[in-house]
Amino acid sequence: MEVYLDNNSTTPMDEEVRAIYHEHEKFYGNVNSIYQKGIKTRKLLIDAYDVMYPAIGAKDEDDIIITSSTTEGNNTVIKTFLYNFLHGSEKKHITTTVAEHSSIKAPCAFVKKFGMEVTYLYTNENGRIDTQELEDSIREDTALISVLFASNESGAIQPIKEIGETAKKYGIPFHCDGAQAISKAKVNVADLGVDYFTFSAHKFHGPKGVGGLYVRNGAPFVPLIHGGNQMGGKRGGSINTAGIVAMAKAMELANKNLEKMFYEVSKLRDKLEQEILKIPDTRSYVDKKYRLPNTVIASFRGIEGEAMLWELNQVGIYAATGSSCSSERLKGSEVLEALGEDPEIAHTGIIFSLSRFTTEKEIDYVIERLPRIVRKLRDISMTYAKVKSG
Amino acid sequence: MARGDLITGNIWEEYSQKVIDRMSNPRFLGEFSEVDAKERKAKLIVADFGSEACGDAVRLYWLVDPKTDKILDARFKSFGCGTAIASSDVMAELTIGKTVDEAMKITNLDVERALRDNPNKPAFPPQKMHCSVMAYDVIVEAASKYKGMNPKSIKNSEIVCECARVTRKEIEDIIKEHNVKTVEELQKYTDAGTYCKSCVRPGGHEERSVYLVDIIEETNKKIKQGEILSKIVTNVFDDMTLLNKIKSIEKVLKEKVSYILEADGGSVELVDVKEVEDNEVEVLIEYKGACSTCNAAVLTLYMIEETLKKELETDKIRVVQV
Repeated sequence: MEVYLDNNSTTPMDEEVRAIYHEHEKFYGNVNSIYQKGIKTRKLLIDAYDVMYPAIGAKDEDDIIITSSTTEGNNTVIKTFLYNFLHGSEKKHITTTVAEHSSIKAPCAFVKKFGMEVTYLYTNENGRIDTQELEDSIREDTALISVLFASNESGAIQPIKEIGETAKKYGIPFHCDGAQAISKAKVNVADLGVDYFTFSAHKFHGPKGVGGLYVRNGAPFVPLIHGGNQMGGKRGGSINTAGIVAMAKAMELANKNLEKMFYEVSKLRDKLEQEILKIPDTRSYVDKKYRLPNTVIASFRGIEGEAMLWELNQVGIYAATGSSCSSERLKGSEVLEALGEDPEIAHTGIIFSLSRFTTEKEIDYVIERLPRIVRKLRDISMTYAKVKSG
Repeated sequence: MARGDLITGNIWEEYSQKVIDRMSNPRFLGEFSEVDAKERKAKLIVADFGSEACGDAVRLYWLVDPKTDKILDARFKSFGCGTAIASSDVMAELTIGKTVDEAMKITNLDVERALRDNPNKPAFPPQKMHCSVMAYDVIVEAASKYKGMNPKSIKNSEIVCECARVTRKEIEDIIKEHNVKTVEELQKYTDAGTYCKSCVRPGGHEERSVYLVDIIEETNKKIKQGEILSKIVTNVFDDMTLLNKIKSIEKVLKEKVSYILEADGGSVELVDVKEVEDNEVEVLIEYKGACSTCNAAVLTLYMIEETLKKELETDKIRVVQV
């Protein structure tokens, strides 16, 4: 049996989406061509936009620029303010958080090289930032506030609406990295009060290589990719018709299945979490009311994260580790430490993220296997023996 | 950057079959008790290294024959990833049958090599070497327990390359002996920095307190300073630094010239010393007291110059009155 529980990193394509994706691969006509083939493609894109605008609550005067990924969208937003700064704008400060994905952290590190300044807000034991701290970080020269919707690792959801209100109060543009939002939360950009919102189709059962960048009408914008007049000149490059049509479908299905996510998937998640907590010396993190409905983040005392991933992998269970050894830099364990966990436990974190395609049978399989694996690895573990005897 | 770097590597894919086999089914996992030791007439040694906070830890059990110092049997327990388990397993195995002193010669590179399928292909990716291979350190812990010594006294030299266990002194000696200026040159004479490369320069897989590039730079600097230092202590005036030339001139003026002038109610003051062409030194002096109005001043100037030349054993001095 194969159980895929790493949906916060990427998801399998919905069969319905895949069918639409394949079907539309044959529409090779360039939307910019004036002959019939182009017209046909154009119609498909207009239909896709008819789905996507209401799906995230965008207004007609706003833009949803099609990108290759959330990463591209995040880079576009951050670098818009770099260009403005390099052109003489006084605004040189960005407020963001330590919980951000590398697609925010890396461009922030990049803009610092040009003299911009970045404040990284810390998160609490629930993985959330303090909105008062955010307000305190705002300066005369703050150009942008950028806060992710939710963490792919801890699953912690940030108080986006409150942040949006603060941003509005001070008249500062607000960007939200929404990679983890669509399919796991109701997204309405107007309600959230965001000026920018980024997403990737592959996080909600759409294809890889296609995503979106919402830009509220009037928000500063400088293209990252210059080229033809695609996307109104805001993002050059031939249009990925099949990808866009499939993404629109995936969005529609994600919204249609939100109830399922909130009531069924979260119930399966709860079941898994409860069973994990029945194993001695385990812990889960982030209060459920602040956590994505599909995510469990847990620690297993005495078992190093990668060793656990390996054993899970041996029996066809795919999860993620918030800890060290599988990453290149070996700096890991940061996720659990950020949630206030002791360094001794921080290397034992495992993240399970479900999707609407996760079945009860699959969860039962994990529940059946997990205690055995834990026993085996704790048998090897010297530190667990020490914990028990000490 | 190159084609091979464009698609991120998967660390599990880079594990050798031996690593995968050992991490899934370790042969020497377990522990020994005092009862086991008594049965085999051996001394029980239990040693720990690493910590959970660091992400990896290992405990080594030995049964050592006190008569021969031979390790009769070994077991381990481990907190760590698969490579930590696999390498601890091989480490325990490698120590069996060896004397404690022989076991202490086992390096992390020996363990890694024992896990290779193909002698030319590393058993696991380099970043795994430091986080998970703790063979040498735990063996030293165990050996020092057996010998009743402080492990620090065994590990007295500063290890720069953990993989091949090369000390700073060994590296410095190579640099001095072979006039090494680059890491590539250095590696003609040692394995240091050839495996995981963390110790070569900052930015590798593991942060180090000292890097090969620094040692090369510092040692070369020292060699250069050494040359300067030898110039300072030299008593050949022409080879001295300017500062030491000035000091020597002052000394001669004070000891061999002043008392002659003082007898006539005058004195001389050193105003400046300049290095001019051809390594020659121009000494600028000013007469004070009776000398400033003396008719014999030129002769005195000649006397001073000759005294300096004689005392300092050089003809590269010219005395000028300001």
